[in-house]
Amino acid sequence: MEITPAHYALLSAALFIIGVVGVLVRRNIIIIFMSIELILNAVNINLVANARHLENLVGQVFVVFVIAVAAAEAAVGLGILLAFFRNKETVNIDEMNVMRW
Amino acid sequence: MVETIVFYTLSALILGLGVAVITTPNTVHSVLFLVMNFLCVAVIYVVLEAEFLAVIQVLVYAGGIVVLYLFVVMLVNLKRDPEAHQDPRRLSLVGLALAGAVLLELAGIVVYSYSREPSAPVAAAAASPVQGNVEQIGWLLYTDYLIPFEVASVLLLVAMVGAIVLAKREL
Repeated sequence: MEITPAHYALLSAALFIIGVVGVLVRRNIIIIFMSIELILNAVNINLVANARHLENLVGQVFVVFVIAVAAAEAAVGLGILLAFFRNKETVNIDEMNVMRW
Repeated sequence: MVETIVFYTLSALILGLGVAVITTPNTVHSVLFLVMNFLCVAVIYVVLEAEFLAVIQVLVYAGGIVVLYLFVVMLVNLKRDPEAHQDPRRLSLVGLALAGAVLLELAGIVVYSYSREPSAPVAAAAASPVQGNVEQIGWLLYTDYLIPFEVASVLLLVAMVGAIVLAKREL
């Protein structure tokens, strides 16, 4: 059976949903950050697969930007996490409610 | 035929490792599963003729971001189980059900959109004066996408300064 872009799109969707489940179900914020990385990877697979399907490299250029944003997100997010952990001694998001009304 | 075998093997690995990332109780193991997941995604990029992105994936994701995660996991020395306390208002089963609904919707969109014949031919890519994957991406980045490229560099600078400011004990 031939592998079509739809196969890659379905793989991307499945990986995206795994990331969404991680964000919604886990309570360890480090795992949640890693789930966000999985979501971004799912988007990248989709972009690269369609870049090849359409024979247009713009999709790959955008993957470069997505990777840059992912790196920035990881650095800032983990910085916030470290600053929070110094004050509260927890990485459980259910205990991170200081800004909740 | 080869592409079929490679695709299904890599898909099984990527999805299995993704599930392992979000289900493993030990956070360090979770990070290591994430590394393997990123490496499998890099192999998929090679299959998709995106060699530059495969190298970037290994260097930036598996080499940079994951090391950052490992450092934080080691720095955050947990004395108690991070999942021990649960907010009684949290509804994990509703979250799972919602994610399943989104998966069905995404799969439906994919199947529907690819089951139709494309109505119009796709516009041909702009003629590039260079050959090769890396050369063509570099050519696009420094011509059509020069301003987004520079904005991305500023974003990385801001993120670097912000991360240092946040993680520093006092300024």
